[in-house]
Formats: sequence, structure tokens, C-alpha cells
Amino acid sequence: MASQAYEAGRRTSSTARRRLSAALWRRPWLRALGLLVPPLGWMVIFYLAALAVLFVSAFWSIDSFTGKLTHAWTWANFHTLVSDPTYRQIAFRTIWMAAAVTATDAVIALPFAYFMARIASPRLRTTLFVLVLLPLWSSYLARIYAWRLILNHDGALNWSLAKIGLPQQGWAFTSVAMWIVFSYIWLPFMILPVYAALERIPDSYFEASRDLGARGWTTFRRVVVPLALPGIVAGSIFTFSLTLGDYITPSLVGNVDFIGNVIYRNVLGLTNNLPFAAAYATVPLVVMALYLAVAKRLGAFEAL
Amino acid sequence: MATQTLPERRSVSATIPSAVDVRLLGVRKTYGDVVAVDRVDLEVEAGEFFTLLGPSGSGKTTTLRLIAGFERPDEGRVELSGVDVTSRAPYERDVNTVFQDYALFPHMTVADNVAYGLRVKNVPRAERRQRVHEILRVIRLPDVGDRKPIQLSGGQRQRIALARALVNAPKVLLLDEPLGALDLKLRQEMQTELKRIQREVSEVGITFVYVTHDQEEALTMSDRLAVFNEGRIEQIGTPADVYEHPATEFVAGFVGVSNVLERDGRRFTVRPEKIQMHLDGTGAGEPGRIRDVVYVGMFTRYVVELDSGGELTVVKQNLETSSTDALESRGRPVRLEWRPEHTFDMERPGGQA
Repeated sequence: MASQAYEAGRRTSSTARRRLSAALWRRPWLRALGLLVPPLGWMVIFYLAALAVLFVSAFWSIDSFTGKLTHAWTWANFHTLVSDPTYRQIAFRTIWMAAAVTATDAVIALPFAYFMARIASPRLRTTLFVLVLLPLWSSYLARIYAWRLILNHDGALNWSLAKIGLPQQGWAFTSVAMWIVFSYIWLPFMILPVYAALERIPDSYFEASRDLGARGWTTFRRVVVPLALPGIVAGSIFTFSLTLGDYITPSLVGNVDFIGNVIYRNVLGLTNNLPFAAAYATVPLVVMALYLAVAKRLGAFEAL
Repeated sequence: MATQTLPERRSVSATIPSAVDVRLLGVRKTYGDVVAVDRVDLEVEAGEFFTLLGPSGSGKTTTLRLIAGFERPDEGRVELSGVDVTSRAPYERDVNTVFQDYALFPHMTVADNVAYGLRVKNVPRAERRQRVHEILRVIRLPDVGDRKPIQLSGGQRQRIALARALVNAPKVLLLDEPLGALDLKLRQEMQTELKRIQREVSEVGITFVYVTHDQEEALTMSDRLAVFNEGRIEQIGTPADVYEHPATEFVAGFVGVSNVLERDGRRFTVRPEKIQMHLDGTGAGEPGRIRDVVYVGMFTRYVVELDSGGELTVVKQNLETSSTDALESRGRPVRLEWRPEHTFDMERPGGQA
């Protein structure tokens, strides 16, 4: 009796399961929905909703006497960041640095990735991969402090320069220091997509180019660089956006403010002006939106 | 027609009809322990359509790559028009290659692809345009210049790859299984098309060296062919030569059906279409029994087991027989007859005939 009931129960449960799987098979959209709801829900609630709050609060203001949040609609924050030359200067400085870091990383990454993808033996390639990725496994702060030790007036760089009789460098806490550290920190994010783009080029393209009379440099210029370009643009999305949003490197190795520093101070610092921080935070967002639109046109998303 | 755009080369091929364009002397190439090409000697005459035929891994593609300059031989010499080019880079050789995967640059338009060789050689813009236009007309795709390769069909890409090589008017055109990626129908069309293009450009004397594993393709297209096996050349000759007088058992088997018999210490081959089959099983000829019947539409293939040992394939046109007649003949005793002049002695593997 008991075993019969058990059998019957098992049968119904397996029928139910079969019916469910048949229903899913007949309606592919139902399956897709089941797979997408959890991550999409997460995105909508924690990311898009937060962004929406950010945009809305950018139109609020702070009462200068009480320091309390006023929920009245105003363009004042945006007016300040456009009209105040300090904020304009900080924004341009940040964008300029992001562009310089991106260009530097592209110039370094292209030959490196080319060597990795086309010349190195499989063993050497693995070793280089580890070397590229290794810094990412260590703390970001530790690496920036390490650079502070290198660039300090009595740091490793000046010590080495003195040993070989070269003049001392005063790069500590300057834009040069920031440029070097940013370029170093984001380099792996440029190398990997460029490598992926170069690795996909069939050998026959290189052979065809040589066969048609092109020497190494011509092949590089006319075939390799254009085919690596989507990878470079994909990498530049990382290097550009990461520099744009960073405030730790400027505060640890630099001497001037970036967009991130201003936001940070308005959120947690003395000024405590959240609406202004929100308004200023839209600047890198808008810059990135424009950047991505251009990148999309250059085919960067096929190289990711 | 094509002479307008392709520089004059007639003098070479016309005044010295037996001029040799490609010469390989004792060429050997190994990859680690694998011998890809084993001391190959080869001469291709100017203006010829020469085919390297063989199964995969037989060394035919490596041989082609040695001529192109993508590989350097471990031993031996590669000569182009009598000049030793063994140690020259591909861009220093007057040859162009049509790749198996076409290798069209995806970021360039068709016209830019075709003009690539002229551009890197700094041919002036006006002449470049003129020659690209002309060659696109020769391959009968005059209007695709502005498209990207990805927008073309397989057969069209194949022609563009051909145009990109031909526009440079090389002395030797190397083709590495160029029709391998096409389906049967398109392949047959392109075979005819390739021969037409070769005739059209032959006025300027471009030699075609063609790699394929398809024996039918080799027989229909070539002036002469070399049959490769395990890195060596088994036989060089005209298609009729190689088909009707196969020098080795391998050639007999690879080019056509292997029909090798051993009688009175003599090993010989006889082609299936040269054998007469008497279905009544009486009269002259060797007695045997039909073991297998394959109906192929135009003809039927019979595999006959001979009473005195061995097996022969016989091909009969389906003049009156239908498929059911043919298939019912399985197991029947027959007699096979052939003329002595249609048999050819085989070299034994590793020895003389």
C-alpha cells in the first residue's frame, strides 16, 4: 500500500516536471524570462534605481544656514559647475588625464600584446599572461603606495638615478606622477582586449600581406593596427572610465583635485553637499556616454 | 584585353617556349621529426597550369609555401626564372598566392583589397584604379568594388582573392586548394571559370601552380601534374599520362580506382572502364563473381572477385540496364576481359617493376 502510494506520488511529481519542461520548451520566452529575471532585477534595483536617485538629487539643494536638504527643484548645482572656473578646470584636468593615460596605455599595450599573441611561444605567452594579471591580484592601495616609495624624493627612482650619475627627478606629487601611476595601474585592462583582437587574426592575413609585397612595417600599419583597433577602443573604455572616476591615485601621489576628489569631499568631507556631489557625478557619466557612443561606432563591442 | 593592364611579359614565354619558371632542386623541409617534403625536384614551365596533387599531409601545400617563401627549406634550392630565391622573403619574390581561406582583409573594401599589392608597391593612384577596374572585369565582378568582403558569397570571395593576386601580374600564381571551401556545383563552375581566366591572362604568361587533393579537378584543369605521397613526388606527367600510365601503385589508386592484379609474378593495373564484362559467365576472359554493385546513375560500378585471386572494379554505362537489373546481378558469375595494351606494370613499393 505504502509503496503503491509512493509510486503514485512519484509518478505525479515526474509528470508535473515533464509538463513543466514541455511548457518551457513550447514557450522559449518563458525560459528566457526565468534566466533573466534574477540578474535583471538586481541591475534595476541596485544600479539603475541608484542612478535615478542620483539624477534626481542633483536637482536638490542644501540650505546654507541649517545644512538641511531642500527638496525643491533647482538648476543651481549645474549652474555652479558650469560657471565656476575651478570646477570647470577640475573637470577638464580629469578628462585630459584620462585621455593621456589611455593614449599611453595604447602605445605600450599594442607591441606588448602583439608579441604575446603572435611571436611568443605558448610557454612564454602563459608567463606573460601571469605577469600582466599578477598586479590585479594584489591590493590597489598597496600598488599606489609602492609607487609613492618609488617616486619619493629619497625613493627608489632617485636612488637608482644617483647610482648611475643622472640628475634627480622631482616627480613626486605632480601630474607626471599621477600619469605614470594611472598608466601603470590600468595597463592590464588595455593589454587584454588588444591581445584578444590580435590573437583572432588568422595567420593567412599576415602571409597575404607579405605575399602582396608588404614588408613588416607596412603590414603592421595597414593590417595589424586596423584589425587591433576595436581591441584598443575596447581597452580604452576601461582606461578612460577608470581614470575618470578615480580619486585615490590623485590624493596619494598627486597634488591637485580630480572630479572624484570633489565628489568625495562633498559626500563625506566638510562641505557635505550631497546634491552638488550628485550634479558633479553626472559629468563623468555624460563624458562616458559620449565616449561609448563613439566606441560603438568603431566596433569596440565586438572585440570585448 | 588583359594586356592593357598587365605589364608585358610575352617576350619571355614566347621567345623561349620551354623556359622554366619554377625549379625546385632537392628541396627538403622538416617540422621536428616530421618530414613534410623529402628532396623534391620539380620544374614548372612558363605559362603552364601545373598541379600538385596528393592526399592531405603529402607535402603539396608545404611545397607551394616553399615556392611562395612562407617557409624556408632545410636543404635544396628554389629558383624562379632561373634565379635562386631560396633565402628571399615573400615580398621579394615575383609570385602571388590565392589562399585556401581567401585571406581577404575584412577591414578593407573589395577594391582596396585588390589594390593592396599595387598600393604597397607605390603604383600611382590612377593606374591602380585602372588596373583594379580591369581585373574585376576579367573575373566578371565589375560592380562589387565598394563592398566589404563579408558582403560577398563564397564564390565571389574566391574570385576576389584571385583578382587580388592576379592584378600584380606575377610571374607565377600559386593557388592553395582555392576551391576547397565551395560546394560541388560551384566548384565545377569555378573550375571552368579558372581555366577561362588562365587563358585570358596567359597572353602575359602567368604560370599557375595549383594545389588540390581532388583528382578529378587535377585531371580536368592541369597541363601537367605531380602526384605527391608522403613528401615525395610519385609521378609527373600530363593528366592522360598519369591516368593511363600510372607509374606506381599509389598513383594508380589515388588517381582513379586502384585496380591492381598480380599474375605470373607481374603486377599491373587496368582501368575500370577498359574492362569488358560478360554477364553470361561463358567465353573468353578471367572467371569471377560479382561481389558488389553500386548504382551511380550514369553508370554502374561492379566489384568482381576473380576466381584466381584479386579483385577488379568494372564500370559499365547504363545503356539499357536499370538500377534494379544492375542490383539483381549481385552474386552472378561473370567473365572479365581486357586488352593487354590497356594494362600497365606497377613499380613495387620500394623496388623496380
